[in-house]
Amino acid sequence: MMRAQSIFTILKNKYISTGLIIVLVFVFMAILADIISPYSPVDPAGPPLQPPSRDYFMGTDNLGRDVFSRIVYGSRIMLMIVAIAVAMSGAIGTMLGLISGYLGGLLDRVLSFIMDSIYAFPSLILAISLSVALGASPINAAIAIAVVYVPTYFRMVRGQVLSIKNETYIEMAKALGLPSIRIVLKHILPHVTRTLMVVFSMNSADAILTEAALSFMGLTVQPPTPDWGFDLYKGRGFILLGYWWIMLFPGLSITLLAVGFALISEGVSTLITARKR
Amino acid sequence: MEVLTVNDLWVKYYTISGIVSAVSGVSFKLRKSEMLAIVGESGSGKSTLGLALLNMVPKPGRIERGEVILDGVNILKSSPREIMKIRGSRISMVFQDPFTTLDPLRKIVDQFEEFLIEHGVDKTRARSIIKEYLEAVGLPERVMYSYPHQLSGGQKQRVSIAMAIALNPQVVVADEPTTALDVIVQKQIMDLVDSIKEKYKSSIVLITHDLALALERADTVMVMYGGNIMEYAGKTELYGNMKHPYTRGLFEALPRILQKTLPKSLPGNPPDLRYPPPGCVFHPRCEFAMEKCKSEKPPLIEVSKDHIVACHLYG
Amino acid sequence: MSTIVELLDVVMDFETSSLGRKQKVRAVDRVSLRINKGEIYGLVGESGSGKSTLGRVSLRLYKPVKGKVIFENKDITYLPERVIRPLRREMQLIPQDPYGAINPAQTIGEALIEPLQVHFNTSKEEAFNRACRALEEVGLIPPEDFMDRRPMELSGGQLQRAVIARAMILRPKYIVADEPTSNLDASIRTSVIKLLLDFREKYDQSILFITHDIALLSLIANRIGVMYLAQLVEEGSVEQVIKEPLHPYTKALLSAIPLISSQIGLEKVYLKGEIGDPANPPRGCRLHPRCPLVLEECKSREPPLIEVGNGRSVKCWLYYK
Repeated sequence: MMRAQSIFTILKNKYISTGLIIVLVFVFMAILADIISPYSPVDPAGPPLQPPSRDYFMGTDNLGRDVFSRIVYGSRIMLMIVAIAVAMSGAIGTMLGLISGYLGGLLDRVLSFIMDSIYAFPSLILAISLSVALGASPINAAIAIAVVYVPTYFRMVRGQVLSIKNETYIEMAKALGLPSIRIVLKHILPHVTRTLMVVFSMNSADAILTEAALSFMGLTVQPPTPDWGFDLYKGRGFILLGYWWIMLFPGLSITLLAVGFALISEGVSTLITARKR
Repeated sequence: MEVLTVNDLWVKYYTISGIVSAVSGVSFKLRKSEMLAIVGESGSGKSTLGLALLNMVPKPGRIERGEVILDGVNILKSSPREIMKIRGSRISMVFQDPFTTLDPLRKIVDQFEEFLIEHGVDKTRARSIIKEYLEAVGLPERVMYSYPHQLSGGQKQRVSIAMAIALNPQVVVADEPTTALDVIVQKQIMDLVDSIKEKYKSSIVLITHDLALALERADTVMVMYGGNIMEYAGKTELYGNMKHPYTRGLFEALPRILQKTLPKSLPGNPPDLRYPPPGCVFHPRCEFAMEKCKSEKPPLIEVSKDHIVACHLYG
Repeated sequence: MSTIVELLDVVMDFETSSLGRKQKVRAVDRVSLRINKGEIYGLVGESGSGKSTLGRVSLRLYKPVKGKVIFENKDITYLPERVIRPLRREMQLIPQDPYGAINPAQTIGEALIEPLQVHFNTSKEEAFNRACRALEEVGLIPPEDFMDRRPMELSGGQLQRAVIARAMILRPKYIVADEPTSNLDASIRTSVIKLLLDFREKYDQSILFITHDIALLSLIANRIGVMYLAQLVEEGSVEQVIKEPLHPYTKALLSAIPLISSQIGLEKVYLKGEIGDPANPPRGCRLHPRCPLVLEECKSREPPLIEVGNGRSVKCWLYYK
């Protein structure tokens, strides 16, 4: 699947290539923040509330900090939390989904019940309550987001396992006496990965919005650490006074990054359906 | 009297991986109330030929050339509108899989009625036709108000047959109508097809992979391989006097009951029709292949009356 | 004669749910069967007769609800999978559809090497060589050409050979062949059957051959069992069952084969209707609503499996004395 030729066809998909470019821009921004940002993100760079200009590309905030520098550094915290959250929920959800779907029985019923209960809960409210309960910190926010999205992976993987389990080659693998772990990892998991890619990127887009909401409520980092969601919250008081740039740019960044992931997800899913035909 | 004449029919599929020659220059005639069995294995082009008879070869397939003359009209030249009218009323089709040909969400009577009304039958008359033909295929009246999933495979196939004959078409094309069914039900359905042929004087094209079934049921048998006619003859003539090495190979591959020897099998695999072998398509698997067979496509030779063979052995 | 597999009063249930309603389907109902060492036992029946399920129970791929599965004098009915696993190299399944039988993400080579490495911890090189030899053995020559191909890149006949090579690579003693040729074209069917027979000869295997094709069975099997709606209705040596079928259902099966039925002068029996719903089998004898020879007691009482001598048995009131 991952041959040079197929990588080319993947990149030829316009959704995927556009989405990838957007996401990669932010990733580089996070990695190279020290080089890219013209000012410190936490110390005043000039007079407060300056509109965008040649010196201050996106203007300055009420404390005189450079908005662009805060956006650049803010991408770090955003990407970190989202990456940890998605990796955790993906790993846990996939693992539980594989076990639950393959083994079935009582374990499957219990796990499905727990997952359905989490899924039925409004995700944002759950994430907020968990964050509050765990205490405001980036890691706790990532954990809260991960818990919210575990059922998404679980349900998808379990559903796929249930249908793959009935394939003759799984029966043949059992008849050949292959151990269950091997059957699950070598003969079932590879067939789930494609769909997993779609869920992964779609889920990243969701997680960005959830993270932004948690930050908005001050549940991730402590000021003055730069953070898009929190800056959005801070900026809302100034927008009515005409200082629109303080709020606009963090908001745009959040939206753009989420759209980037959504595009990738859309592209991957069209590729998969096209290949099935 | 011929009801259907096929002249030099060619069908190709334009797939991404190449052009597949599915039917290559097939001609035959079908008489009134004759049952013609088209016998072939997978990739022989028999199903494509069946679809071409109704001018419904799916994309990326295309009928390249040839004529399908039904009642004096070349239906390959008819407009889409005319074709829609002809299909179902003058030539109809029964498909292999009775589990997918009926709409699972609608009652039999509704599907059947819609089909009749499309063909210009008025509603009251439609009801009586439905009753008549469901009875003719041996189904109780309550089947009318059933959903497909409430019927067994054999019953569904009976419904498909009822719909296929309801407008009394001259020709019914049945593509492997019993392959998805068990032997006992297969026998019941074939008995039904026989009785319909008698009763309505319809001509039937039975497409099958089973030479035994063809030899038992049909009047005439046409053996196809790799998109070409290999042999064509009346049933008794063919049974007693098989000529083509492929036909004989197929026949010898049938298990004979209680003989302690296994039937013979043909060596090799069916041809890749993107690159059909030159000369006779069967030559790579033929034990009698001569130099000539590798380069020259054998013509259709009439070895005796109405017995045609495409083989250089008889040239 | 020693026995390789014995099934004792096996019952197997499945739960199905259609439109949310759960239903219990008894796929196998009190079937006992003995497969002798070195023999080919033919199990014949229509779809829905439970023959495939019974085959899988005999491999303990399914755990029966009741009854016993005895493999080489060892009761394996309630052993946990962990304990059965080493036994699995002694028994193998050959399924109907070759295209489903090998993981499409694997190459033929990987599929052949895998069981060797799992069971014998064979080194990579040794496993590769043995896989090549296995392919040669089934006539896929030169084997190097096939090792790197994926299942979809083989023709049906070639792939079924590869599937057989994989099933045989652990040198099993007992094979369940579940309609191994019914998805193949007639012209290549025999060669695949012949392959199975060669293996049996060479490695002294016993085969449970499941099929709906009673004519084919007549050529290869030693004994035949006929199943109808989850039950065994007739059993006997192949000559007896085919030349002189006792059960009306067996007679009907033989009468329905095109062309062949006329070759043997047997009494024709035609059945009405179709095999019923296994979830709601008829009372009494399960064939009685379709049987032309039905008696009064068939409608209310289920006939026992009656021994009629010479190792034959039939489940029909007509033979009750």
